[in-house]
Amino acid sequence: MPINDINICVATANGSGSASSNNILFKSIFHMGIPCSSKNMFPSNIQGLPTWYQIRANAEGFMARKDVIDVMVIFNPATETEDVTRVRKGGMVVYDSTKELDDSLLVEGVQYVGVPAEQLVKDNVKAGVLRKKMRNMVYVGAVAGLFNVSMNSIEYVLKATFGNKPEVIESNLRCIKVGYESILEQNISHDLGTLEEIDGGNKNKIILEGNTAAALGCIFGGVSVVSWYPITPSSSLAESIEQYLPKLRPEKDGKKTYAVIQAEDEIAAAGMVLGANWAGARSMTCTSGPGLSLMNEMVGLSYFGEVPCNIFIIQRGGPSTGLPTRTQQSDLLSMYTCSHGDTKHPVLIPYDMRTNFELSRFSFDLSERLQTTVFFASDLDLGMNLWISEPLEDSGAPLDRGEVLSEEDLKARGEKFARFMDEDGDGVAARTIPGNMHRDAAYFTSGALQNSLGRRSEHEDEYRDTLLRVRQKLETARELIPPPVVLGNGDQKIGFIALGSSVEATREAVSRLSKKGIEADIIIPLGLPLHDELYAFIEGHEKVYLVEQNRDGQVLSIIRDERPELSHKINSIRVFNGLPITAGGVMEEYNRLGEV
Amino acid sequence: MNQKVNKIELSEKDYQGAPSSMCQGCGHDAISASIRKAFYESSIDPRTVMKLSGIGCSSKTPAYFMGQSFGINSVHGRMAAIATGAHAANHLMTPIGVSGDGDTSAIGLGNFCHMVRRNLNITYIIENNGVYGLTKGQFSATADKGTVLKKGQINQNDPIDICQLAITMGATFVARSFSGDRKQLAPLIQAAAAHQGTAILDVLSPCVTFNNHEGSTKSLKSIRANLDPVHDLDFTPPAEDIAVDYDPGTDVEVTLHDGSRIVLTKLRENYDPRKRMAALVALDDAIQQDKFLTGLIYLDQNTPSFAEQMQLPDTALAYLSEKELRPNPKALDAINDSFKV
Repeated sequence: MPINDINICVATANGSGSASSNNILFKSIFHMGIPCSSKNMFPSNIQGLPTWYQIRANAEGFMARKDVIDVMVIFNPATETEDVTRVRKGGMVVYDSTKELDDSLLVEGVQYVGVPAEQLVKDNVKAGVLRKKMRNMVYVGAVAGLFNVSMNSIEYVLKATFGNKPEVIESNLRCIKVGYESILEQNISHDLGTLEEIDGGNKNKIILEGNTAAALGCIFGGVSVVSWYPITPSSSLAESIEQYLPKLRPEKDGKKTYAVIQAEDEIAAAGMVLGANWAGARSMTCTSGPGLSLMNEMVGLSYFGEVPCNIFIIQRGGPSTGLPTRTQQSDLLSMYTCSHGDTKHPVLIPYDMRTNFELSRFSFDLSERLQTTVFFASDLDLGMNLWISEPLEDSGAPLDRGEVLSEEDLKARGEKFARFMDEDGDGVAARTIPGNMHRDAAYFTSGALQNSLGRRSEHEDEYRDTLLRVRQKLETARELIPPPVVLGNGDQKIGFIALGSSVEATREAVSRLSKKGIEADIIIPLGLPLHDELYAFIEGHEKVYLVEQNRDGQVLSIIRDERPELSHKINSIRVFNGLPITAGGVMEEYNRLGEV
Repeated sequence: MNQKVNKIELSEKDYQGAPSSMCQGCGHDAISASIRKAFYESSIDPRTVMKLSGIGCSSKTPAYFMGQSFGINSVHGRMAAIATGAHAANHLMTPIGVSGDGDTSAIGLGNFCHMVRRNLNITYIIENNGVYGLTKGQFSATADKGTVLKKGQINQNDPIDICQLAITMGATFVARSFSGDRKQLAPLIQAAAAHQGTAILDVLSPCVTFNNHEGSTKSLKSIRANLDPVHDLDFTPPAEDIAVDYDPGTDVEVTLHDGSRIVLTKLRENYDPRKRMAALVALDDAIQQDKFLTGLIYLDQNTPSFAEQMQLPDTALAYLSEKELRPNPKALDAINDSFKV
């Protein structure tokens, strides 16, 4: 019988209290020391539409979503007909047996376990608003009874969640207990395995969302002006910054040392970020695809006016409104080539909680170092799902403000300050910050062409030279962006390239291949432009699989463009149904490619 | 030779910029001259000024005054947003924004309204000629109904009155003037710069190339014929103990937060710019009579400015030290603990 390896899917309607019950079950399993993960698949709606929450315990520690479902909790009548068909053969359906189960919901080879949730809640909770929300707590108890989730852990998590509300803890616990007892009374046997506490398991581990980690990275990166317009799935990033700034940035003169502005639209949000960075404060905004579309013109000004700018994109399903509460990696090219004219921008791509923190912090150094827009490309799966992680660590490294000339620098300088004179060939010229009182300090920023002296120009040679110089910044970025991470010893014949939220599923797929005797390395690029080490990895492997969550193979197109001679080696695995990617999804494409 | 200097020992030359590239006789150049004069007279150091603009003829003009000031010529219609960010980063500098009627009342209308709502501390000048100059003469959203383009088209839509809009949106300083009236415009700019909050100056500025013909309501001739000043205006910078000609019976004296004073000599009965509805009614009356009401139309000194609302510190955010910006790495320990179960 399997131990600590089970995949549970809970189907509820959103706004029914399911978020609390899902969280409590997930965190209780975590508290038992078992490696586990959760994925929330929610609708673009506040109340009444279907939500699925997958909780996976996995002894090997793979955190990607799994598409083979062992247990389906059908607590949403609107989706139950389809939900029962999604359980694997030999799996289990848990249903509310207050009413008799309709015959149409019976699937052969699936075990049905009833718990009279509605009746139990009626018997145990006073009538009122809370009663409806308590029904989901009964399923937590039922699952606990079926798979030995520790009641001690449940109590612990309830107390940690509702600490100062003893009556809430008590009523929740009562509903969980009656669900638990109802299962025990039925003496159910099954062969789906059990959960066992692991001593010291998950010790020191933390649970958080990528948006929280990225928000903390912004604060440790010295962000001072935040401007944002609400949009899923990026809002929680801005809200986390707003939550943590007062705790981490002490007041000065009894006043705040930061400004968080909710803008009127994404154009204004990007404009404010540009204005603040131009004036010398570290500033960021966050949005998703539709907001990125609106920010295009500002990004062009940042690029050609050479103003630092930080834009965090939490990708969701496009185009247009697309699937606004689902995940995708389909805005990578939109970021890379954002705005009109010849442009290309550095894009930082985190793949776990630590890189969410570290690359977020680093993005401010990079944008000031290069005086241009730096994108941070996360996605809904990374940003809004809970991930288990080692604790975040800050290097304590000083901030890199790039080439900024102070009044003293200008005094010491023999010649006059020329705003766009690149003296060391990295494509970047020194700048001054408004407030610098030296008589030569001021310059006039513009999206129109300016020559190396900072004067408006319409000269053909100066135009061409400037376009070439600002392109050089991308090559500088290629060296500054941290090198890719390699999993494996790097000397296999087969290699996988995976980025962002595709990494976990790819890691699991490669482990499955290994069990079949096929060994492969994985390389994880941390940004665009792609690092030379990534190209060396492709050169060093006979066959390379590139996993990405978009239809058109956006990263593949970048490789094809930069290194066409390597593209024949690359087999493109594209998983783009909007759900968090699974190892099964990767394997399906891998096998399909094998047949060709 | 003793050069004339202001209180901070700067000469008028220190307020000059690059040579203008506007058409000969353009109203915008006259406004630039008034800006230079106002900042010189108020002894504001150009190195403490941020110049901001959008796109269009008007938005080019910040290059033509105060060359020692940092400036940013941004994208069409978005100066309000850029200014908001720049001001948040350094609220100790004096921002002056120059925009046009297309920039503010068409493409940038939304951002303009929200800047006004926030009461950003900025002098925001709209060089209003009712026409798109840089693209050679199309109607803007401030073009009057029935006015005629050079090529003969007649405007069918009612104009947006920027002063009415600004008051409705909560602006705390709203004025209208005419580019050719430096006697009125320069002190208005001085007062706007001294005001703690969004100061909107809608300045009629004839486009001599594309909107100066017979049939245009914003030709030089038409504007001059229809100016309707509500008062004469005098501005006295702070700490200048100059006795001004002041008649308590007919004049209104307003002291601004920085100690500067405005004396408004009434040209019509009972006009007090501190009354919001009266200001809107006066503007509407003028519109009905095809007049351009000019002067300080509305003033509210009670609404906190953006910097006050945001509780910005005595040091600009852009000038916080690394120690103030970067939390101690140890601060992460407690946060990590809060993520444990």
